[in-house]
Amino acid sequence: MMSSTVGLGAAEIAELVRSKQISAQEVTEEHLALVRLQDPVLNSFLQITDDAAIASAKAVDAKIAKGEDPGELAGVPVALKDNLVTRGLATTCASQILKGWKPPYTATVVEKISFAGGVVLGKTNLDEFAMGSSTENSSFGPTRNPYDLNRVPGGSSGGSAAAVAARFAPLALGSDTGGSIRQPAALCGIVGVKPTYGMVSRYGLIAFASSLDQIGPFARSVKDAALMLQVIAGHDPRDSTSLESGVPDLLSDIDRGVEGLRIGIIEELIDGVAPMVGTAITEAASSLSAQGAKVEHISVPAVRYGLSAYYLIAPAEASSNLARYDGVRYGLRVAGQDMNETYISSRTKGFGPEVKRRIMLGTFALSSGYYDAYYGKAQKVRTMIINSFQKAYERFDVLLSPTAPTTAFELGAKAADPLSMYLSDVCTIPTNLAGHPAMSVPYGLGENEMPIGVQILAPALGEVNMFRVARAVEKGSPLIPRKLFWE
Amino acid sequence: MAIPMSSEAAKEFIPGWEMVIGLEVHCELKTRTKLFCGCTNSFGQEPNTNICPVCLGLPGSLPVINENAVELAVRIGLSLNCKVDESIFHRKNYFYPDMPKDYQVSQYERAINENGYLELPLSKKMVRIERAHIEEDTGKSTHVGGGGGRIHGADYSLVDYNRAGIPLVEIVSAPDLRSADEAREYVSELRAILVASGASDGKMEEGSLRVDANVSVRRQGSREFGTRCEIKNLNSLRSLVRAIGYEAQRQVELISSGERVIQQTRHWNEDQGVTTAMRSKEEAYDYRYFPEPDLVPLSPSGEWIAEIQGRIGLLPAVRRERMASLFDSVSKGSTLDQIVTAVGLGLDDLVVAAVESGADPKLALARATNEVASDVGNLANLTVANFCELVIMESEGKLSATQAKTVLSKMLESGSGPQKVVKSLGFEALDASVLEGLVDQVISSSPKEWERFSMGEDQLSGFFIGQVMKLSKGKADGKVVTSILRSRRA
Repeated sequence: MMSSTVGLGAAEIAELVRSKQISAQEVTEEHLALVRLQDPVLNSFLQITDDAAIASAKAVDAKIAKGEDPGELAGVPVALKDNLVTRGLATTCASQILKGWKPPYTATVVEKISFAGGVVLGKTNLDEFAMGSSTENSSFGPTRNPYDLNRVPGGSSGGSAAAVAARFAPLALGSDTGGSIRQPAALCGIVGVKPTYGMVSRYGLIAFASSLDQIGPFARSVKDAALMLQVIAGHDPRDSTSLESGVPDLLSDIDRGVEGLRIGIIEELIDGVAPMVGTAITEAASSLSAQGAKVEHISVPAVRYGLSAYYLIAPAEASSNLARYDGVRYGLRVAGQDMNETYISSRTKGFGPEVKRRIMLGTFALSSGYYDAYYGKAQKVRTMIINSFQKAYERFDVLLSPTAPTTAFELGAKAADPLSMYLSDVCTIPTNLAGHPAMSVPYGLGENEMPIGVQILAPALGEVNMFRVARAVEKGSPLIPRKLFWE
Repeated sequence: MAIPMSSEAAKEFIPGWEMVIGLEVHCELKTRTKLFCGCTNSFGQEPNTNICPVCLGLPGSLPVINENAVELAVRIGLSLNCKVDESIFHRKNYFYPDMPKDYQVSQYERAINENGYLELPLSKKMVRIERAHIEEDTGKSTHVGGGGGRIHGADYSLVDYNRAGIPLVEIVSAPDLRSADEAREYVSELRAILVASGASDGKMEEGSLRVDANVSVRRQGSREFGTRCEIKNLNSLRSLVRAIGYEAQRQVELISSGERVIQQTRHWNEDQGVTTAMRSKEEAYDYRYFPEPDLVPLSPSGEWIAEIQGRIGLLPAVRRERMASLFDSVSKGSTLDQIVTAVGLGLDDLVVAAVESGADPKLALARATNEVASDVGNLANLTVANFCELVIMESEGKLSATQAKTVLSKMLESGSGPQKVVKSLGFEALDASVLEGLVDQVISSSPKEWERFSMGEDQLSGFFIGQVMKLSKGKADGKVVTSILRSRRA
C-alpha cells in the first residue's frame, strides 16, 4: 500500500498519478483531509472547494483510464490566491466589498492549470486586495506561519505560501505587485517566483496595480516552481500586456550548474538587514562561488528609491482600479439617501483601513496640481531604476539579495505602523518597478529560528538563468530543521 | 432627413457682439464589435443583453483594442487632414453609475489624430481641428420620476450597459466658429465627411453623432475670448442652432446688465428651449488622468496608414468638385447650395449618373435636391437607372415639370420605374396629331383671339396653351403646343 502523498512534490505526484500508482482522487482526498483537520488553526484557506476538487480529480482519472494525456500536473493539488477569479465560486480579495459576488468567468491561469490536470483545492487568504506584507489586512482574519503560529506568514499571498509550506498542497498561485509572492515564500521557507511582467496573463487577476501585478507560483522545490511556471506562462490574446515570447523551457537547463555565470550581490539591499539574513546571503554566495560562478558585489544605487516610487505608483493605479467597487453593480451595497451617499457608505463599510489609506494616497498623487510632483516624478524614478539595473546586467547574468530584511515577525508587531510594514518589501519592490523576474529560495533558519529567503534577480526574460542559479542555491542550502505546527 | 443649408454669411446676432464657438463632436464608429471586447456594436437591443466581463468592467477583466476601431479613427484623421501619430490611452477617473469601471478609457496627452482642419463648403472658411481621439462610450442612464430626466431628484435610475464600450472618436474643433449657422454648417460637413470616410453611419437620431458646444460672446472687434460655457445634450442640428442662439443671448444679457458669465457646464432642455446650469468650474471633476496601464501605445506604421488612405472613399469636397464640373459656373448662388445639399445627403452619385446618361445637369440636380432630398428616407426605393430615366423623360419634354415631380415622388414611395408610374397616373404625352386637332378646335372657337395672335400679339400664346391644356386634361406638352401654334400662324 502507498504511504500518503502529502509532502510529496508536484512532479512526483503527477508521475505517480500518470503511472496509475495512485488515483488523482486519492491524492485529492488525502490533501483535503489534512486541510480540513489543520487549516482551522492556520487560516490559509478562505474557501475549500471539496466537491469541485473531487470532480476535477475524477476527470483526470477518467482521462488516464481512457489512455489520454492527463497533463503535466495530473492530479496535483493546487491552491489559488483569492484574487484570481473562478467562475461560479466566490472570489473575495479578502474584502467585504465583494461580498456575495460570484464571477461569471475564470482567470486564464486557472484554465491553464485545469487543462494541465491540476486540481484546485480552494481559494487562499491574502491581505485585502493584495495590499500588505503579513496577511493581517484580511477581513477574514490573519493567516499564521506554519512554523510558528504566533508569527505572520508574510503577504500579501500569505495564505498560498502558508498552505504550501504546511503541505496542504505542493503548489499554489500568488500575485506579486511589490513582493507579495517572494516575501511570504521567504518567511514560510518555500520557493516563490515573480516572472517577467507579461510572461503570465493577468486576465482574471483582480487588479491592485496593473503595471506591477504579476501572477507566479509557490512550490517547495525550485523544479516544481519551474514546472508550474511553464504551465501558466504564455501569450494570452485577452491581455494586451501579455508578451509574445512564448513559454520558456526552464527545466532542460535547470541542473546545468552555474559554472561561468556572473553573479552580483546588490550592496544596497544587504545594508541594514537582520544579521543572520545577511550572513545567509554571504553563505549562499560562497556556495555559488564554490559551484563555479563568478560572484562579486555590485552597487545598484537607484534601488534605494524603489520604495518611495512604489508607494506613489501602486496606490495611484489602485485608486483607479478600485473605483469600480461602488455598490452599484455587484458586491456590498449600503444604500444611502442618494447616489453619492450610497457610494460613500458602501465604500466606507466595504474597504478596510489599509485599502482606504492607499486609495487616499493614490488619489492625492494623481490630483491636479500634484501629479507632476508625485506620480510624474515616481515614473521618472522608475525609469532610473530600469536604467540602473540595465547597467548592472551588462556585467552580471543574475543578481543576488535577501528577499526580506528580516525573518517572520510576530502577529501585530507592525500592524499599527504602516511605514515599518512597507519596509518589509524594500528588497523586492525594485524588481516590480523594472518589470523583471525574481524569485526567493529558502536558505536555512535565521532570527527566531524562522526561515530565510535568498532572492535571485534576472533581467527581463532571464528566467532560464534565474532558475539555474536558484537550483544551485537550493542544492547548497541548509535544510530547515524545524517541525511544522501539526507535525 | 434633409439638412437645411444657408449660404448667407455669418449673421451678426446682436449688433456689436460676436459669438465664439468650439464644438466637440462624439462620433460612434461603425465597427462590428465594441472597442475593447467581442460584444457586437449595435443599437436598440434589450437592455443589458449585449455585455460581457470586459465591457462591464468586472474585476479581473482587461481591455484589448479593436484594430478596426483604430483603422476607422485613422480614416477620420486622414479625412480631416490631421497628423496621424503614435498615441497612448489615459484613464479619466470619475464616479458615475453608467460607467462600469468608474473611469473612462480615453486619449488625453497624445491623441491618434492631431492638428487638422475642415473647410466649410459655403463660406470656404477653414476651421481648425485640434484633435480627433479614440475613447469608449459609457452606458445609458434613464432617470425615472421627480427630476425631469435628471438624476437629482429622480425616484430611481435604470442603467443599460449595452452602449458601454462602443468605440467613439471625439473630434474637437478650435474656437473658430462665429455663428450658429456656421456651427450647423460645420456639423453638416463633418457628418458628410464621417459618412464618406466609412467611419460612421452619421445617424444623429440614434445618437451616432452627439455634439457638445463651447460658447462664449465678446464685443465685435475684441481679440480676447469671453468666459465660455459648455452645452451638453445637443442631439440634432435644430437643437444645436437653438441652444447656441439661446446661450449666446443669455451671455450678452448677463454682460450687458453688468453681471459676469460663470464658466460652467450647461444642459440643453429641448422642451423649454433653455440651457440650465449643471456644474460650475469649481464643482468640476478632477479627472486624475494617468496613462492606462492595461493598454500598450498605438503605433500605426506609415505603411498601414497609406493602406488605410487607399480605402477611404471620395470625400465631400472632391464630390462637390466633381459635381461642379458638370456646370459652367457655380462659384456661388443656388447651384452651389444645391451641390452642397446633394453631397451632404449622398445624392451626388444619382446626379452624376443622370448627367452622364444625357440628362440636363440643372434638372437632375433640382430633382435630386428637392424631390429626392425631401424623402431621403425612401432613397433605397430609387435605383440610379430609374432616376436617370425619369430626368431624361423630363429633359426631352415627355413630362412636364409638374408631372415629373409627381412621378418622382411616387417612384420614391413605391419603388416602381417611371414608365409604370407615368402609365398609372395617365401622364403619357398626347400624340402630335391629337394635339393638332385640339389646337384647331381652340382656334375655331376663339376667332378674335386668333386674329390678334396672328397679328403678332405673342402674349396670347399662353391663352391658347391654357385652353389646349384644359381640353387635354393637363396631358399636353406645352412646348409641342407652342410649336403647333407657330406653324398654324405661318
